[in-house]
Amino acid sequence: MIKKEDIKKLAELARIEVNEKETKSLAKDIEAILEYVKQVRDVSVQDTVRKDDALVNVFREDANSHESGIYTDALLSAVPERDGQYVKVKKIL
Amino acid sequence: MIALKTLTIRKAHNALVNGEYSALELAEAYLAEIEKKNKELNAYLEVFADVRGQAKEADKKIKDGKAGMLTGIPLAVKDNILIKGRRASAASKILEGYVAPYDATAIQKLKDAGAVFLGRTNCDEFAMGGSTENSAYGVTKNPHDTNRVAGGSSGGSAVAVAADLALAALGSDTGGSVRQPASFCGVVGFKPTYGAVSRSGLIAMGSSLDCIGPIAKTVEDAKLIFDCIRGKDALDSTSIELLTVNSKPPTKKLKIGIPWKFCIARSGIDTEVIQDFNASIEKLRDANAEIIDVELPNLQYALACYYIIMPAEASANLARFDGVKYGPRVSGSNGINDYFKTRALFGKEVRRRIILGTYVLSAGYYDAYYGKALAARSLIRADFEKAFDKVDIITVPTSPIPAWKIGEKEDPLSAYLADIFTVTANLAGIPAISIPSGKTKSGLPLGLQIMAGAGEDENLFNICIPLEAALLRKRD
Repeated sequence: MIKKEDIKKLAELARIEVNEKETKSLAKDIEAILEYVKQVRDVSVQDTVRKDDALVNVFREDANSHESGIYTDALLSAVPERDGQYVKVKKIL
Repeated sequence: MIALKTLTIRKAHNALVNGEYSALELAEAYLAEIEKKNKELNAYLEVFADVRGQAKEADKKIKDGKAGMLTGIPLAVKDNILIKGRRASAASKILEGYVAPYDATAIQKLKDAGAVFLGRTNCDEFAMGGSTENSAYGVTKNPHDTNRVAGGSSGGSAVAVAADLALAALGSDTGGSVRQPASFCGVVGFKPTYGAVSRSGLIAMGSSLDCIGPIAKTVEDAKLIFDCIRGKDALDSTSIELLTVNSKPPTKKLKIGIPWKFCIARSGIDTEVIQDFNASIEKLRDANAEIIDVELPNLQYALACYYIIMPAEASANLARFDGVKYGPRVSGSNGINDYFKTRALFGKEVRRRIILGTYVLSAGYYDAYYGKALAARSLIRADFEKAFDKVDIITVPTSPIPAWKIGEKEDPLSAYLADIFTVTANLAGIPAISIPSGKTKSGLPLGLQIMAGAGEDENLFNICIPLEAALLRKRD
């Protein structure tokens, strides 16, 4: 059973602001979805042929893939607040 | 006057190189249609201001004898695929005003080919949904019945192609988002083998499931787009180079597998969908195909498995939208409140999936949900591998129901259940295509979905080009 407190905790972990009304409707929705998806619990992991079959490591050369700084301006131009070559945020400590 | 209704990429290409009309005239013809119809259909969120300029560039290329198959071909692009210097919002308020600083690899390849981009198309927010009703910028309407949804999440792209607002389009498919809207709108939609098209520049939802794919009027058109955009890419470590030569010896008689138990013996399938599916099978039999029943016992877990893995990956991927790196920032009382306030810009369905993903990844629930879903995924993949030893292709309906009425599916779970036939290909990483197969009595299009083994994309196209013609034939 998903309680309103559970939703509040999850929303806090996910950094999402939810109001009282949405907490209630989310609890109902998540409860119904979990009720449906819980059927995967019947899957026997021992039956699994290869649990990690899709996973392979992909490496690249440990070298600079491009000249330093050539994309800096383009990427910084997308940030909401900028100070020169820095991304500006509120005081953290 | 260019006859857009019956135009295909090959026809347009021939006309362009033979000088019957210019790329500029072709682009003008599409712009005129957009002007006429987009206000009602809401397929495009933005029509680019420089379409004529792009078309003139293409005309230069054609004049210089450097035209390829896609030079001057007017395309629509889903709003979650980046084009350098243009806005991209994934139909979300959280990316309002964001301008892409680079090209997606698929876009770069289309640019090199000389394609003309008409605009960016509407979709469900962050590609989460099957109807475009989750767009922050209004629903896209189905051109066959404007009271109904276009399907989704690539609904705008499917409508653009179906209503002659573009000759073809790019969409993205995480659980059916190319194939399902294509089936709802009566066009072709193709999801490639996982990794066949680079994901670089595609705004991520479920990274182990996401694929960029074409929406087009014919199987051949879809193939022409796919041939241009595919290939291994240094910018996406999961991308692969498909073998271009057919590895399987051609079988004399095409063997088509049908998981009868999975696809028909279940509740929730519209009777007209079943009738159309049975009629399609008869047409394929008439075309000399052998129909074989295949058992895919673990498909019963597919939808549950998908609705664990996808939100898990999405909740992680969407952590990057924090009001620091891109998009708007809503200011709060301190740094952490900036996150909460900014992330309130996510729409309802996106928030729901982030919460769900956070839940299934939490300590204490991880093994019961995510771990089990990974195990189920592996079993599903093995089921398909085993089935493709016996048959060349597997076919099921694309969607259990035709396009629904706008606003009809308010309950999220009921909307999720409509993805039952499409999520399987994403979980298994195999190629799948939706081809128009018929219409309901009230005129709503239906699609037949055809799947092949991983890496068999080219084979799938070769098989489907004649099947497409067989499906169009009327039976007595």
